[in-house]
Amino acid sequence: MKVSETMTVDALETAPTDAGAGARARAEVLSVEGVSVHLGGRQILQDVGFQIRAGEFTGLIGSNGAGKTTLMRVILGLQAPAQGRVLIGGEPRSRRAAKIGYVPQKFMLDPDAPLRARDLVALGIDGQRLGFALPSRRRSELIDSMLAAVGAGHLAEKRVGRLSGGEQQRVLIAHALVSRPELLALDEPLANLDLSSGHEVVALLARIAREQQVAILLSAHEMNPLLPVMDRIVYLAGGRAASGPTGEVVRADVLSRLYGHHVDVLNVHGRVLVVAGSEPGSGHGEWAVGSDEALTADQPGEDRGDSGDGSVEVIS
Amino acid sequence: MSAPATFVPSTFASLIAPGFFSSGAVRTALTIGVLVAIVAGVVGTFTVLRGQSFAGHAFGDLGSTGGSGAYLAGIGPLWGFVIAGIAAAAAMEAVGVQRARGRDLATGIVLGAGLGLAALFLYLGTTATSTTGATVTILFGSIFAIPSSTVPWVLLLALISLALIAILYRPLMLSSASPELAAARGVPVRLVGALFLVALALTVALTAITIGSILSTALLIGPAAAALRLTRSPRAALASAAAIGVGTVVLGIVLAYDSNTWPPAGHAWPVSFFIVTLVLIAYLASGVPAYLSRRRDSREGRDANAGSAGASTLGAGGETTGAISTVVR
Repeated sequence: MKVSETMTVDALETAPTDAGAGARARAEVLSVEGVSVHLGGRQILQDVGFQIRAGEFTGLIGSNGAGKTTLMRVILGLQAPAQGRVLIGGEPRSRRAAKIGYVPQKFMLDPDAPLRARDLVALGIDGQRLGFALPSRRRSELIDSMLAAVGAGHLAEKRVGRLSGGEQQRVLIAHALVSRPELLALDEPLANLDLSSGHEVVALLARIAREQQVAILLSAHEMNPLLPVMDRIVYLAGGRAASGPTGEVVRADVLSRLYGHHVDVLNVHGRVLVVAGSEPGSGHGEWAVGSDEALTADQPGEDRGDSGDGSVEVIS
Repeated sequence: MSAPATFVPSTFASLIAPGFFSSGAVRTALTIGVLVAIVAGVVGTFTVLRGQSFAGHAFGDLGSTGGSGAYLAGIGPLWGFVIAGIAAAAAMEAVGVQRARGRDLATGIVLGAGLGLAALFLYLGTTATSTTGATVTILFGSIFAIPSSTVPWVLLLALISLALIAILYRPLMLSSASPELAAARGVPVRLVGALFLVALALTVALTAITIGSILSTALLIGPAAAALRLTRSPRAALASAAAIGVGTVVLGIVLAYDSNTWPPAGHAWPVSFFIVTLVLIAYLASGVPAYLSRRRDSREGRDANAGSAGASTLGAGGETTGAISTVVR
């Protein structure tokens, strides 16, 4: 146990920070500028723009269908925007895949598939290159230290298809990080995890962002699990985005402007709920961005939101 | 073939009937069989990993059409298999059928039409030549009847398939594991998939001349499926699939040659029967280690539970004793 902890620290500290961690911490890793996307005649994203700097943890929050996955695809270069552009490290996005590590939402592998955790991480080093990789000690040490760094050292020899959802997430994070990307993009990594695995993954990612100065962009439909670690938020609704430091975005006035109708931001027992307001025309309080936790909120009277009147009925 | 020998080595020795190695047909069959089994093991492993065994099956069915068409046109069935396979691969790529499950009906109808066409070609061919051998050769294979002049072509096709896999190895492995991961790394997933389909089409052409177009998928999928149950790493899976394939083909050829002396005497049983049966046996046998380890795991789980239950009972007992002794004191 002691050994693996030492390796963890080593692996995280071998990040190329010697050229001045301070300078890198300020470096703008990702810049999304005025991106619009139309798919099948529908506007999916409209003039979305935000920046992410090294070492920042950014949550990409929005309900299903808000355009999170499309935005991820634009950032990865898999979807060309109709307008706008994506800069990575200040340069136009090209096939510079190594600069972005990606963890997809969908990952299905047959339990019998002959791919061990270490094989998947090895494909993270140079999986896009032709031919075979020659095994070397340096290579296998890199893989071992990367797996140890995400707390998956003991899974190295196991088949990926037989790991639990949380274990697979760790191995996928190791796969994404092993090529030392500047940005780690994760598409709904918490969607299929139980609560405690989800918390562990979030804590791991926060540590990686801090210690390795990697920028993290994590999409989720629920912001609450991310509140303790999230530096910035990109809040998507109806294809448009509001972004900035979490506290400046998750406010009734900002989100109401984004939604185009009045919403309330409630703080219930330290959890944030965004609910449609009770203004005329907005119907009788439908959930804009709900959460399972919200439905079990038992003390609506303790709401400390900006303008809670009318919303109390929604909760109870 | 003599009476069953009493111990294993002599059983194997006596299996090899006199004249086995001096026969030119056997040497050709062994050469082709081993080459094809290696390629089928390697390509088959990726086929199973990618969930494309149905594509392999489709190439086999349409290969029947190509093979019988080639027979009617008077050229070697191998070229019919190759041309039909490549054409089918191009069609699948154009329609995008390889992944879409929703097209099952259309695919089934097209494959049925292909086999119907094969029936017509074989009917026309056999009535023209008044022999029925071609039907069996194309559909069920007869590896002993392959002319030795085919060997260089088999070698060439085998090398092309293996070279494609070797060159594409990493991107192919990555896009087989997860197309999303591969695409995010800049792998042209669709191109890699199309090139793999070419390797698959060539491989099915090779297994089709070995054990017949109808049975060709057995040699493609069987050894690979068995290997996947036995191994954890990609290289071990590829090597075992090739080894299992070579084992079944060689043993199948040995048994078929030997069956010359089996009833009804004077006619060898079809090699394809032996190979396909051995593939099935290998696949079933590969399930045994997995079954045993599952049983061991569940037994260990039970033991662990029983152990902890026992411990807690003991603990409770200890407390009770303590309580009693306190009372007594």
